[in-house]
Amino acid sequence: MRPGYLLLEDGLRLDGQLCGAEVAGTGEVVFTTGMSGYQESVTDPSFAGQIIAFTYPHIGNYGVSAAAMESDRVHARAVVMRAAVNREDAPTAERGWLDWLVDCGVPAITGVDTRALVRHIRGAGSMRGGLFAASVAQDEAMGLVLAEPAMAGADLARVVSPDAVSRHGADGEGPLIAAIDTGIKRSIVRELVARGARLDLHPCTVGADELLAEDPDAVFLANGPGDPAALDYVVETVREVIGTRPVFGICLGHQLLCRAVGLETFKLPFGHRGANHPVKDLRTGRIEITSQNHGFAVAAPDGGLRVERDEPVRWETRFGAAELSHVNLYDRTVEGLTLLDVPGGTVQYHPEAGPGPHDSLYLFDRFLAAL
Amino acid sequence: MPRRDDLHKILIVGSGPIVIGQAAEFDYSGVQACKVLREEGYQIVLVNSNPATIMTDPEFADATYVEPLLPGPVGQIIAKERPDALLPTLGGQTALNLAKALAENGTLERHGVELIGADYEAIDRAEDRERFRATMKAAGLKMPRSAIATSVDEALGQMQDIGLPVIVRPAFTLGGRGGGIARTPEEFREIVRGGLEASPIGQVLLDQSVLGWGEFELEVMRDRNDNCVIVCSIENLDPMGIHTGDSVTVAPQQTLTDALYQRLRDQAMAVIRAVGVETGGSNVQFAVDPQTEEILVIEMNPRVSRSSALASKATGFPIAKIAARLAVGYTLEEIPNDITMSTPASFEPTIDYTVVKWPRFAFEKFQGANPVLSTHMKSVGEVMAIGRTFQQAFAKAMRSRELDAPVRLGDAPLSALLERLERPGADRYDVMLECFRRGAEVEAVHERCLVDRWFLAELRELALEPETPFEGERTYKAVDTCAAEFEARTPYYYSCWERTSADEVERGARPSVVILGAGPNRIGQGIEFDYCCVHAAMTVRESGRDAVMVNCNPETVSTDYDTSDRLYFEPLTLEDVLAVCRLERPEGVIVQFGGQTPLKLAAGLADAGIPLLGTSVEAIDLAEDRGRFGKLLDELGLSAPPYAEAHSVDEALAASREVGFPLLVRPSYVLGGRAMEIVYSEEGLAEYLARNVRDDGRAIFLDRFLENAIEVDVDALCDGEEVWIGGIMQHVEEAGIHSGDSACVLPPHSLGPEMLAQIRAHTEGIALGLGVVGLLNVQYAVYEGALYVIEANPRASRTVPFVSKAIGLPLAKLACRVMLGERIAALGLPEEAMVGDHVSVKEAVMPFDRFEGADALLGPEMRSTGEVMGVARDFPAAFAKAQAAAGAALPQSGTAFVTVTDSDKAGAVAIAQTLHDLGFRIVATRGTKEAFERMGVPATALKKVGEGSPNVVDMIESGEVDLVVNTPTGSGARSDGWQIRRAAIARGIPCLTTLSGGLAAVRAIAAARAGASDVLSLQEIHRAGNVETPA
Ligand SMILES: Nc1ncnc2c1ncn2[C@@H]1O[C@H](COP(=O)(O)OP(=O)(O)O)[C@@H](O)[C@H]1O
Ligand SMILES: Nc1ncnc2c1ncn2[C@@H]1O[C@H](COP(=O)(O)OP(=O)(O)O)[C@@H](O)[C@H]1O
Ligand SMILES: [Mg+2]
Ligand SMILES: [Mg+2]
Repeated sequence: MRPGYLLLEDGLRLDGQLCGAEVAGTGEVVFTTGMSGYQESVTDPSFAGQIIAFTYPHIGNYGVSAAAMESDRVHARAVVMRAAVNREDAPTAERGWLDWLVDCGVPAITGVDTRALVRHIRGAGSMRGGLFAASVAQDEAMGLVLAEPAMAGADLARVVSPDAVSRHGADGEGPLIAAIDTGIKRSIVRELVARGARLDLHPCTVGADELLAEDPDAVFLANGPGDPAALDYVVETVREVIGTRPVFGICLGHQLLCRAVGLETFKLPFGHRGANHPVKDLRTGRIEITSQNHGFAVAAPDGGLRVERDEPVRWETRFGAAELSHVNLYDRTVEGLTLLDVPGGTVQYHPEAGPGPHDSLYLFDRFLAAL
Repeated sequence: MPRRDDLHKILIVGSGPIVIGQAAEFDYSGVQACKVLREEGYQIVLVNSNPATIMTDPEFADATYVEPLLPGPVGQIIAKERPDALLPTLGGQTALNLAKALAENGTLERHGVELIGADYEAIDRAEDRERFRATMKAAGLKMPRSAIATSVDEALGQMQDIGLPVIVRPAFTLGGRGGGIARTPEEFREIVRGGLEASPIGQVLLDQSVLGWGEFELEVMRDRNDNCVIVCSIENLDPMGIHTGDSVTVAPQQTLTDALYQRLRDQAMAVIRAVGVETGGSNVQFAVDPQTEEILVIEMNPRVSRSSALASKATGFPIAKIAARLAVGYTLEEIPNDITMSTPASFEPTIDYTVVKWPRFAFEKFQGANPVLSTHMKSVGEVMAIGRTFQQAFAKAMRSRELDAPVRLGDAPLSALLERLERPGADRYDVMLECFRRGAEVEAVHERCLVDRWFLAELRELALEPETPFEGERTYKAVDTCAAEFEARTPYYYSCWERTSADEVERGARPSVVILGAGPNRIGQGIEFDYCCVHAAMTVRESGRDAVMVNCNPETVSTDYDTSDRLYFEPLTLEDVLAVCRLERPEGVIVQFGGQTPLKLAAGLADAGIPLLGTSVEAIDLAEDRGRFGKLLDELGLSAPPYAEAHSVDEALAASREVGFPLLVRPSYVLGGRAMEIVYSEEGLAEYLARNVRDDGRAIFLDRFLENAIEVDVDALCDGEEVWIGGIMQHVEEAGIHSGDSACVLPPHSLGPEMLAQIRAHTEGIALGLGVVGLLNVQYAVYEGALYVIEANPRASRTVPFVSKAIGLPLAKLACRVMLGERIAALGLPEEAMVGDHVSVKEAVMPFDRFEGADALLGPEMRSTGEVMGVARDFPAAFAKAQAAAGAALPQSGTAFVTVTDSDKAGAVAIAQTLHDLGFRIVATRGTKEAFERMGVPATALKKVGEGSPNVVDMIESGEVDLVVNTPTGSGARSDGWQIRRAAIARGIPCLTTLSGGLAAVRAIAAARAGASDVLSLQEIHRAGNVETPA
C-alpha cells in the first residue's frame, strides 16, 4: 500500500494508505453510516460523482459477490475507509474487496480517521474533495478538486441512464411497468419482477409517448444521482403521464414527482446516507427503519424544510389534492408523497433495501396491488 | 400513547444475589428503571435480597425491601404495599420465574396487580421450551431438531431421531446450568440424568447439535404500536457450543453480508412479535451456518439480559431505561435519545468503532472442576473494551481482564498448543496468539476451533505485530449511537489510536475527581466495590466537582453514563489511567473504592505525581506489608496470631515449629485467599508446599491458625484524627472460613460489652496508627477470650454496602466526603452507629452447583460469588430469611442427616437435641448416631457411602433428606463427605458444614416454626433506628 491522502476543497487533509486502483479520484465527499453493505453502496448509481466515506471502520470483511451488485459497475468515484481488508477467503466471497476495487479501477484509501472526517462534514457540509498519492503536491491536488463541478445543478442521471430500452421479468400476464431509468438499483428491479411484474427500463430522456407506447399499467420513477432541479426534462415527461397511469417512485423518483406537482427541492447540508433512519407514516403512525441515500430533499408546500405537524400535509396541486404522507424523524424532512385524486405515490427512502432493513418491502406489494 | 395514568405504584423485582449467569447487569437495569419511573412520578416498591446493589439504596425507591425473592415474602410485600403493577423484566431469570409463580399461585390476581413489560403468556411462551418451539414453528422460523424428555429412558428413545452429538439443556436453569454436549450414548445417559436433576421442573431439552456454527445475538425493542428496532448485533467469536456468557463476543457483527444480516434482523423481529413481548427489550440468539447461510433460532429472553447491558454500553442506547418507559405506556418515538437529545429513541444505533467483550473465569478456585468451556456458563464476570478497530478493542480487552497470574504456556510444542484449542478453556485465545507467534497458519487454527477466519486473520496480525494497531496518537472519541451524524450530548468516551489525535472530550472549568472502578467481577471482588464507586461519584458531584469514572466492566452501574460527569470506558492499567489523568488534570484520584484493582495502581500514580485523595500510599504500604504492619501492632500493643515468613520449603518447615500448629499457609503471590490452606502437621505442610509452592524464593506466609475462634469484621471511618465505627459484624462460621464466605450478624449476637469496647479501641488505634483517611476494614479473631488482629484493609471492604443498609447511613459517601476534606466531626454522625430494633444477617452464596467436580466446602479461600441480606426483629428470624434468600430455605420438619468429625460430636449433640425437639427425624452415620444416643437423642444409623446402598447419598438423591449437617474430615477429594455435600447441593438441600452454622440453622428453624416473620422495608427500619435516610 502506498501513502496517500484525502483532500477537501476547504483544505482539510487526512492521510492514509491507498488500497485501490492507482488513479486519483475526485468528487463530492459524502459519508454513509450503514455498518454493512459496502458493495451494494459503491455499485448504487445514486452514488455517481461521489466519494463515499464509510463510518464503520472495518470494510471488506466478507469480500464481494455477484449477488450484491446494485448495477453493472461501481459508480462511486472513490472509497474512504478506516480499516479496509481484502479477505477473499470469507465463506461466500467470490473475490476480495480490495482486489475487486482494483479490477474496477476505483481508487480507495484506508487508515483514515473517518470519524474526524464525518465530524468535519457534519459542521461544514458535504463538499468536493479528492484522493491523491502522497507524491502529488497539495496545490496541484487542490486544482483538481476545484475543477470538479459542484453537485448542485448537476445532471448525473444522463450519465448513468441506459442508451436503449430493456425488458425485465418473464413475459406473460404480469403487469407491465414502464420505468424512467435515472440509475435504477437492481434490488428495485428484483423486487418488482419477483412479484410477477414485467419492467421496461427507458433512458431518462424518454418522452411521454414513447414511455406509454407499450401501454404500460403503471409508470415507475427510479432512484438516481445528482440534483433533481437539473432534470426538468424528466419532470415534463412526468407531468404528461400523471393521471394517465398510476405513477410511483423512489428517492430521486420521489423528488421528480414532487417537482412535477409543484414542490421545490433543496440540497441537504450533508445528506441522509445509512440504514437506520426512522421514517413515520403520518397516516398510520407506524415507524419504519429505512435505508437512505439522498443529498437533496423536498420542501413542504409552504416552502418549509421541516414538517412539524404529525398528520399528513394536504394541499391542492394542478393534479388535484395531494398529501405529504411520510416524515423523517431525525430532521422532519419530507419522506413521502401520495396523490389523492389520481393514482400515484412516492417515497424518498429505499424500500428495496440493498443495503439496509426490509421494513418497507410491503410497499412493493401495495404498489402492485393498486394496479 | 403517553404515560399510563391508571398506574400509581409499581413493584420492581431485582435479581437477587450475584451468581454465575446473573450478575451486576441487573442492578444496572433495575437502577435505570427506578430512576426513570420515579421521574415519571410513579411510586416505586423495590424488592431484592442483594444488599450490595445500588437499587436497594433507600433513595432509589419509596419502599425498599431486602427480602428473599420467593413467592411467600414477595406475596407479603404485595399484600402490604398494594402495587398496581409488577415490572418483572429487569431482574433477570429470577424476577421472571418469581412473576410466573406469583401469577400461577393467584397472588397477582388476588391483589389486582398487573404484569407490565411482559405478561404471563409472553413469559411462558418464551420460557417453556415446548411452547417456544411451537411458537417459532407457527411463525415460520426454524430451530435445531429437538425433543423434550422428563426421564432418561424417554430421552434415549428420542436420541435416535435427533442423532448424536446432542445438546442436553435443562428447563428453567440459569446460564445453561446442568447442561452439556453428549457425543456417545454413555455421555448422553450421564448428562441427561444431571440435567433432569438441575431442572426445577425435571425437564430437559434435547437439541440437534450445531456445534461450530456461528453464534449471533440481536437485541430487539418493541413498543405498543408494534414498532421494532434492533439496538445491536453481537457476534460470538467462539462458535456454537460455548455459552455466549463464556464466549468472547464482538459488536457489531463482523462477518455476515448485509443480505444475511437483514434476514437475521427480520427473524429477530418475527420472534419478539410471535412471543408477544408488547413493550420492552428482548434478546434473541441465532445459530448461522456460514457456508449454507442457514439460520436457526436458539432462544429468546423476553427481558433485559447480560447481553442487553452489553449492548447498551456498546452503543450508548440505554435499553433498560427505555424498556421501563415503554412498559408504562410510552412509544419509542415519544422517548428522546438522551445522547443526541435531538432525535427520538425510535431508531437503530449505528457505531463507528468495534466493541469486544471478554469473560473472566475463576477455575483456579475450584480444584477438581472441569475447566473446559461448554454450553454451561462458567465465567464469573466480564470486561468490555472499545477501539476504532477490532485489534485495538481486542488488545484492550485482554489488558482489561487483569488476570491474577499471567497465562503460562511453558515450552509446549506448537502441535500440543494446537491440540489444546480442541478443548477450549479460559486461556484459548492466549494459546491461539501463541500459536500464531510460533508461525501457525490461520487454517491450522481454524480447523481446531472453528472461529471465523476473519477473526483469526485479525488475531494473527495482532500476534505478529502487537504494536501496529497502536501506532499514531492516543485520542479519546465519544460513544454517540449515531457514528457522529449528530452532535452527542453525553460524555461517554473511549481511547483509540489515530494518525493524529482529535480528542472529543469536553472538559468544563470545574475541578474533577477521577474514581477508579473495580474492573471485572471476580470472586473476591464483586459488585460491592462498584456500589462504593457509584457512591463516590454521587458524592463528588454533590460537592460541586466533576465526577470522572474509569472502569471496564459493562455489567455495572458505574459504567452507566448517567452515573458520572464523564465516563472513560478504559482498562484499569497504570498506562491507561495515567492517560486519562493527563487529559483530565484531576484535583485527585480515588483508589479506595474499587477493591484491590485501583489500590495496586496507587504507588504508580503517586510516582507520576498524580494526587491521591484519602489514605496515602505510605499508609497503604504500611497496612499491606506484613512485616511493617506486624511492627505497628507491636507498637500499639495489639496481638496478632504468631506468624513467620519463609522463602524456601526448608525455611518454611523450620519456621513452622516456632509458629506452632495448626498452621494457615499461603504463598505471597496469590490474592483473595487463593491457595490458602490449614495444615495440622509437618507432613501436611510438606505435602502442601509440594503441591502449591514453586521453590523460587518468593515468600511463603505461615500463620498460627486459631481454631474455633470467632471472627469479627469491622468497617470504620477515619479522617486522620477521629475514628467512627460504622459496624461490627460477628461471623456465624468460625475463623478459618473466609470472611467473604461466612454469614455474619450485625449487631454481634454473642460478644460482650468489654469485647466490643476492646474491638473499638483496637480499631481506633489501627486507623490512627496507619493514618487512614477514608475507610478502613479490620478483621479480628476472638480466640479463647483474647482479641487477635487478622488483617487490616485501608479501603472500602466487601461489607460496606451491607453495613450501610443495616445502619441506614451511607458509609462510602461519608468516607468520600472525608477524603474530599471534611472532618468526621462535621458530618453530624450519631455517637454510635444505630441499628434500631432489628438484626441484619449477611449470607454468602456459593457457585458450587456450577462446578461439577469441585468440593462444596468452605475454607480460608473465598469462593462465593455473591451475598444476600436477611433483616428481622431477632437473629434466628434474620438468619432464616438469609438462608431462604440464599436459595437454601431451611425445612420446618422432616428428616435431618447429621455426620460430624469426632472433635465436633459433642457440639453436634445440641443441634440434634433441638432438631429432635422440633420433631425432626434424625439419621446419622454410625459414630455420630452413637454419640447422640449416649446423650439420649434418638437417631437412625445409615450405611456409609462405601458400605453399599441404601446409603446416605442414595437417600439424599431420592429426596428423603431435608437438611444436612456435615463437618469435614479433612478434604480428601471424593471422600464420603464430598459425595454427601455434592448430592445435597445437586438436590438444593441446605447443607451446613460447620457446627456454628448448624446451631444458627436450628435456632432459625425453631423461629420460623413460630410463624413467618413480617417483611420490613429499609425505610421503616431506619426510621425505627431514627436515622433519617440521607439522600
Ligand atoms: N443446538 C445446539 N448446538 C450447539 N450448541 C448449542 C445448541 N443450543 C445451544 N447451544 C450453545 O449453548 C449455549 C447456551 O444455550 P442457550 O439456549 O442460550 O441457554 P441459556 O439459557 O443458558 O443462554 C448457547 O450460547 C450455545 O453456544
Ligand atoms: N491466624 C488465623 N487463624 C484463623 N483463621 C484465620 C487466620 N488468618 C486468616 N484466617 C481466616 O482466613 C480468611 C482469609 O484470611 P485474610 O487474611 O483475611 O485473607 P484475605 O486477604 O483473602 O481476606 C479470614 O477471613 C479468616 O477466616
Ligand atoms: Mg443464551
Ligand atoms: Mg480478609
